[in-house]
Amino acid sequence: MQPFTTLSAIAVPMHEANIDTNQLCPTRFNKVPRGPKYREILFYDSRFRPDGTPTEFMLNAAPYDQAGIIVADRNFGCGSSRETAVYALYEFGIRCVIAPSFGDIFAANCAKNGLLALTLPEAECAAIRRQLQDQPGAKVSVDLAAQTVTDVAGNVHQFEIHDVRKRCLLEGLDDIARTQQYAERIAGFEQKYKQARPWLDAAARTG
Amino acid sequence: MSGNTPQSIFEKLWNSHHILTDEGESLMYVDVALAQENTLHAFTALEKSGREVLRPQQIYAFTDHYVPTTGRAKGVDGIPDTGIRNMVIDLQAMARKYGVTLFGMDHEHQGIMHIVPPEQGIIQPGLMVIGNDSHTSTHGAFGSLAYGVGASEFAHVMATQGLWQRKPKSMRITIDGTLGFGVSAKDVILALIAHIGVDGAQGYAMEYAGSTIAALSMEGRMTICNMSIEAGGRVGLIAPDDKTYAYVEGRPYAPKGKAWQQALDGWHALASDAGATFDKQVKLDAAQITPTATWGVNPAQALPVTGVVPDPAGVKDAQLRSEYETALEYMALKPGTALQDIKLDRVFIGSCTNGRIEDLRAAADVAKRGNAVVPTWVVPGSMSVKRQAEKEGLDQVFIKAGFEWRDPGCSMCTAINGDHLQPGERCASTSNRNFRNRQGPGGRTHLVSPAMAAAAALKGRLTDVRELLK
Ligand code: SF4
Repeated sequence: MQPFTTLSAIAVPMHEANIDTNQLCPTRFNKVPRGPKYREILFYDSRFRPDGTPTEFMLNAAPYDQAGIIVADRNFGCGSSRETAVYALYEFGIRCVIAPSFGDIFAANCAKNGLLALTLPEAECAAIRRQLQDQPGAKVSVDLAAQTVTDVAGNVHQFEIHDVRKRCLLEGLDDIARTQQYAERIAGFEQKYKQARPWLDAAARTG
Repeated sequence: MSGNTPQSIFEKLWNSHHILTDEGESLMYVDVALAQENTLHAFTALEKSGREVLRPQQIYAFTDHYVPTTGRAKGVDGIPDTGIRNMVIDLQAMARKYGVTLFGMDHEHQGIMHIVPPEQGIIQPGLMVIGNDSHTSTHGAFGSLAYGVGASEFAHVMATQGLWQRKPKSMRITIDGTLGFGVSAKDVILALIAHIGVDGAQGYAMEYAGSTIAALSMEGRMTICNMSIEAGGRVGLIAPDDKTYAYVEGRPYAPKGKAWQQALDGWHALASDAGATFDKQVKLDAAQITPTATWGVNPAQALPVTGVVPDPAGVKDAQLRSEYETALEYMALKPGTALQDIKLDRVFIGSCTNGRIEDLRAAADVAKRGNAVVPTWVVPGSMSVKRQAEKEGLDQVFIKAGFEWRDPGCSMCTAINGDHLQPGERCASTSNRNFRNRQGPGGRTHLVSPAMAAAAALKGRLTDVRELLK
């Protein structure tokens, strides 16, 4: 996983609430193996007509085809657990989504792929979106170590992030390696857990 | 935690699976993990990293999202689309390679990953279950802690049998009273989501309680827990009771003999203690719930079927107003239109929300009163459901009414196997998401119960099923 430290990038405002993972990656693309193809898949049904010609959707043209940040509204990434939604954002070049709230599974999926899903209060998100609306193509900066977002006007917004998520993103840490340090504790737990529930193993192989 | 502090079922489940805490995150022990074709992304990641599956006997793989629902005589090789065929083939190959239990396309119990595990007795009270699909919350209906996860988390579980989580807050939804005539579990959950919103349970583990929930069958309870995620809740829970035990007993993977007795003793202690506290409480009166249909593009945009399409102009909150406007534009609906005047092109009965035997019985009870005037599909949730329905003659009822009787799978719930709406087509569907493009690019979805879907099929428009049942 690529570490995430600081980012200064063109930010695209998305005013709509409840943008679901189906929109980020339409279902029929879930079968595409992870890779550069996902750049085109992001918001595919909004970006392309049924005949494949591009629409006016903002990600299709400068400056937003170079966007690295999305500033969104409530409940971004709700719906399906598909991690392909994150692959699509990532391949497009989006490294950070700023929103008042996220679908839980989506937020977890982001963290596992080096993408920062960052929460700011609704009013602050709306204010940044307004700035971006007025100055299309303007940049927003994020400093993960300092937990700050610097908006177009130079205002600094402090954000909260869980320690582990922060550390894993900063170091580009692989989760499985982290957990495997605890292999013995897991095994010990499992043994006691199953001893106390003798029916689990009795049941397991009769199916 | 002191032994005297009253605990909710959620806390009991959480504590019993909690291995350790590291930097404020909890490593949880996972009993059962459920995979589907899209989990290929997780298997591939695992393979690339050279890791092994730690407990293959605790991982189960299902072919459901991509399998065709007709023309299965030639098996996997008969799937016409290469991309779709390869998903099924590749998942089956991965399952075999890593030794996980596979309910493949030709399995006698093939079906949807949230329908087959309960019917096989794989899901039992007290377990921690994860699934690579957001509707894994279904299994909370048995009093198990069930989380939907993405591919990376799934790979992590396969490699370690653990899942890192932060403890969610707890929420209890109490629903009391008797459900009215023609009102089903689906109407209850749609009404609840309309009440609390699509993010109303975000960050919460939901427990459903009250006399209405207690009176529901296991099938109905699964329908409720299934859609917890549509309110933003990753976990939905119902305490196990005699109905739960009766459902599990005797199923292939259920404990037997002495082990069954031991299991019962363990499960009896799971229910929330009197005096358990919750971070949030919601109450709903069953008598207020009517047959419901969605009019918009998320499950909270739902109304009694007797209602009319709302007028955004009357909505004060600017944000909500624009949400309504976008929804109506996509759905091609005019404010003030009676829901029952909304004409349909298709009807879909199936999915992990409403593809169980009880759902098909409810639909058949309506179907026998007329003939479908629009193309209507019935897609059973599993081969077992299909066989049971055929034993009861439900297939004949459907066929006689002009409904199409198909093979099990997710089908038009997620429209990935080749079954999908045409652009602009409008469908009454028993599935769980009316998101834009969910049932195919440009498709328009109205979520309803199985009985309501069958009624819609007979009338070709959204219909109050109570009128047909009178
Ligand atoms: S029926 Fe729909 S919601 Fe259920 S598992 Fe299949 S795709 Fe997911």
